Formats: sequence, structure tokens, C-alpha cells
Amino acid sequence: MKRTMFSYPYIVWMLIFILAPMLLIVYYAFTSDGGFTFANIIDALSSPSYMKVFFRSVWVAVKATLICLATGYPIAYILSQLKKSTAAILYVLFIVPMWMNFLLRTYAWQVLLDGRGVLNALLAAVGLPAQHLLFTESAVMLGTVYNFLPFMILPVYSVLVKLDKSLLEAAADLGANGLVTFVKVTLPQSLPGIISGITMVFIPAITTFAISGLLGGGKFMMFGELIENQFITLQNMSTGSALSFILLILVIISMFVMRRAEHESGQEGGRLW
Amino acid sequence: MVSRLRSFFKGTYLGLMLLFLYAPIIVLIIFSFNESRVMGNWTGFSFKWYAKLFEDSTITKALSVTLSVAVLSALSATIIGTFAAIGIHSMRKRPRAVVENISQLPMVNPDLVTGISMMMLFAFLGFKSGYMRMLIAHITFNIPYVIFSVLPKLRQSSDSLYEAALDLGCTPMQALRQVVIPDIMPGIVSGCMLAFTLSLDDFVVTWFSSNGVENLSVYIYAAARRGISPMINALSTLMFVAVVTLLLIINLKSMKEERELAAQQKRLRAAARP
Repeated sequence: MKRTMFSYPYIVWMLIFILAPMLLIVYYAFTSDGGFTFANIIDALSSPSYMKVFFRSVWVAVKATLICLATGYPIAYILSQLKKSTAAILYVLFIVPMWMNFLLRTYAWQVLLDGRGVLNALLAAVGLPAQHLLFTESAVMLGTVYNFLPFMILPVYSVLVKLDKSLLEAAADLGANGLVTFVKVTLPQSLPGIISGITMVFIPAITTFAISGLLGGGKFMMFGELIENQFITLQNMSTGSALSFILLILVIISMFVMRRAEHESGQEGGRLW
Repeated sequence: MVSRLRSFFKGTYLGLMLLFLYAPIIVLIIFSFNESRVMGNWTGFSFKWYAKLFEDSTITKALSVTLSVAVLSALSATIIGTFAAIGIHSMRKRPRAVVENISQLPMVNPDLVTGISMMMLFAFLGFKSGYMRMLIAHITFNIPYVIFSVLPKLRQSSDSLYEAALDLGCTPMQALRQVVIPDIMPGIVSGCMLAFTLSLDDFVVTWFSSNGVENLSVYIYAAARRGISPMINALSTLMFVAVVTLLLIINLKSMKEERELAAQQKRLRAAARP
């Protein structure tokens, strides 16, 4: 018996439950009444309301990813500079929230952001005017950042913590100040972490439908919600599959861009030496 | 002075970000002790939601579905995935690349697409049982995580051990059980843990695939529209406390082990000194 045979049960499973379902999406996206057609895709792409939702989702996801990077990178950076035992404890503290159901945590933001909620009570206590936040695009953005921030911190931290400290010393010896060392040494070296952080935030952010459902109040539909609607509410397999197919293409493109960036950063790292 | 100011700013920043991450959790926990049914409106302290929790049949059912699917899917995925990894490891380059790439699909695909594709497959096959649908879907998205945490361990261990076991008269199964599996155990365990937690927390794939059977996440999403009962706050407080305790125990244990190891090494060095 060859060792490869141990994988045969899985390969059968994989063909039925991973490959076949994907092919079904492609099949439904390109057929109508049993015949091949581009109509589903073209209809989806030429519908102004669908495209509005699509571009809004991409825009919200881009902004949320940038906010996650801008707030998460400093966290990872500070953690990576701390004493090992302190950093380990704080690192766990940043992960623990993910252990509570994400829907529930997102729901709790309703309570915090509500017109008569905790946040406005705090604002009133310090004499600031009440804010209308719940069921706005900002609320969806906040929920997205909240849910995906740890996914930015983790990969960046794991790269920064492995960074060779002698590089920083060498930079200092050669006369670079803190900022120059950061821009020329730390930042390029941490690029792989940044890239995987961006992928881990951007793609889920585009497709989330629970967050916009809970915090957008149905007024700020995201692409994920649109697809969910097609399948669950409207039972429209063709349009739903066409939209999912468009989403898949977007995912493939963004992964391709990320791979390229990673590749180029590798070359840049090479030039550093 | 400057460095103290700097570390003050760093500390404040970390503190604020932690507050941001924990604020909703604190709110949930506080209102699990609320007398009133309405979250956000504090009327008095009470344990009643904790008492009522275990009498509510919908919630206990969702909880048992969640836990049983998590355990069963993690175990099945671990078994299938470990064997798969062992097989994949000894494949030739081309088929290996094909299998690995297809296996990565559930990891890189948005959950939404995985969920929808499963739903379409089950509809296509006319497969109705919601619980089995959920279980199969969870096993499917769990297997790749097991495979990719076992494969690196296989790369580290030596293939000739398996050959040697066969030469010494083991059947392939014996060789696996006594030689290969103990060697890759850390990978198997971490894959299994990962699978368990992914299944426990899954919402999106379950939402599409489960045909109306509710796990906790689906229950919460459906309930959120009409306002979540404080019973759910109580339940998640209990689960959260359980997880944090577990993490604490594991961390303390590994810290204690490290300290003991260091002390032992110190003793050894002292003894070795003339």
C-alpha cells in the first residue's frame, strides 16, 4: 500500500464538497434555462443599484482596512518592543475578545451607539451634544474595524517580533535616527505582515453581511448582504451566482495584487543587502 | 523624561485600544445581570437570566447543536485531515500542487461564497437534514486547517522512520500509529483545536447551509432583529469566563513549566561546576 492512498478518502470528499460546489456557482452564473449565457453577469454589472452597492462595499472595505492598518500597526509595533513576558500577556489580551461570539459583540455596539445608549450618556456627562451614530455608514465602518482589527495586529506582530534587532543597531551605528530606521528598516521588513494583514481584513470586510445588517439597519446594504438577499429572500440562484462570481473575481484580483506586492517587497528586501 | 513620556503615550494608546475591544464585552456582561429585559436600560441587579437560561428550550437546543457540531466536526476533520496530510506529503509534485491548491479554497474563499456553494450543492443533491448539512459543511471548512497545520510537522519529521517501521515488520497502519502519528502530534492537536474554535464561532457558512437548524450564532442573528434576550448575555458571559479561565490555566501552566525548566538548568549548571 502506497502512502498516498491515505489521502484518497479526503480527495473524494474534496471533489464532492469543495470543488463541485464551486463549479455549481460558475454553472448557475453562466446558464439560464439550461443554456449558456453571459446575460446574468451582464445584467448584474449593468444594474446601477447593484453596482452602487458594490462600489460602496469596496470603498467601505478599503477605508476599514486602512483604519485597521493605521491603528493596528502601532499596537503590533509597541507590543513587539515590550519585554517578552509583558508582550505575551498583552498579546493574549488582544486576542481574547475574539473568543466571544462576534455577532453578539457587534450587537452590543447597538447598545453602545444607540441614541439613548452608553456613548451618548457619556457624551452628555461631559457636556457634549448627542451623536446620531446607529444605523449610519460610520456605524458599519466602526463594526467592521472592530471585528477585523485583531486580524491586522496578529500578522504584523508576528513579523515584527522576529525582526533581527541587530539590523536596528546597525542602522543606529550608521547614523540613522529613529524615524529613518523605522522607514528604511522596520517598515520594509514588516511588509509581508502588512500584506497578509490587509488580505485578512479586506476580503472579509467586503463580504460581511452580518455587520451591515446589525449596525446599518438595512439602510447601508453591503455586497455580502446583497448576495445573501438574492439567495435567501429572493431565491434567485442565477443573479446570486452571478454576483458571487463577480465577488470571486474581485477576490482573485486582490490576492494577485497582494502576491505581486509581496514578491516585489521580497526583491526590495534583497536590494537592501 | 522624554522616554518616560513616550512610554506613557504608548501605554495610553494600548489601553484605549483595549478599551475599544472590550467595551462591547463589558456591556454584554453588565447587562446579563440586569433586572430589565431591555439591554441599555439598567433597572437593578439580578441573577434571573442565568436561572432562566437553562429552562429555555430554544437556547439549550442551539447550544447543544453548536457544541455537538463543534466536537464532531473537529474530530472528523482531524481524522480525515491527518490522513490526507500524510498522503499528500508523499505525493509527487504536480498532483500535490493540485490537491493543495484546491484544499486552500475554503481558507481563501470568503465564508459567504463557501456557504452559498454548500447550500447550492445540498439543494442540487436534494439533501434535506439541516443538522447533517451543518456538520458536513463544518467538516469541509475545517479539514484544510488540519491539513495545513499537520503538513509542516511532516516536513520536519523524517520519512525514513516510516520506511524503517515497515522494514521491521509493521503494517502501514501500525507504522502510522506507532511512528508517524506520535511524531506529528503537536500539529494534529493544534489543527483540532483550531477546527473546534472555527466551528464553535461559525455563523456565515451555517446560516446558508443549515436549512433552518440553528446553532448559537444563527440564533443570535435571527434574534437580534427583535432584540436579544439577556439570557444570551448570560450564556455568553458563562462561555467567555470558561474560555478565559482555560486560557489562564494553560498560560500559567506553561509559565510554571518554563520556570521549572530554568531552575532545573540552573541546578544542572551549578552541579557541573567543579
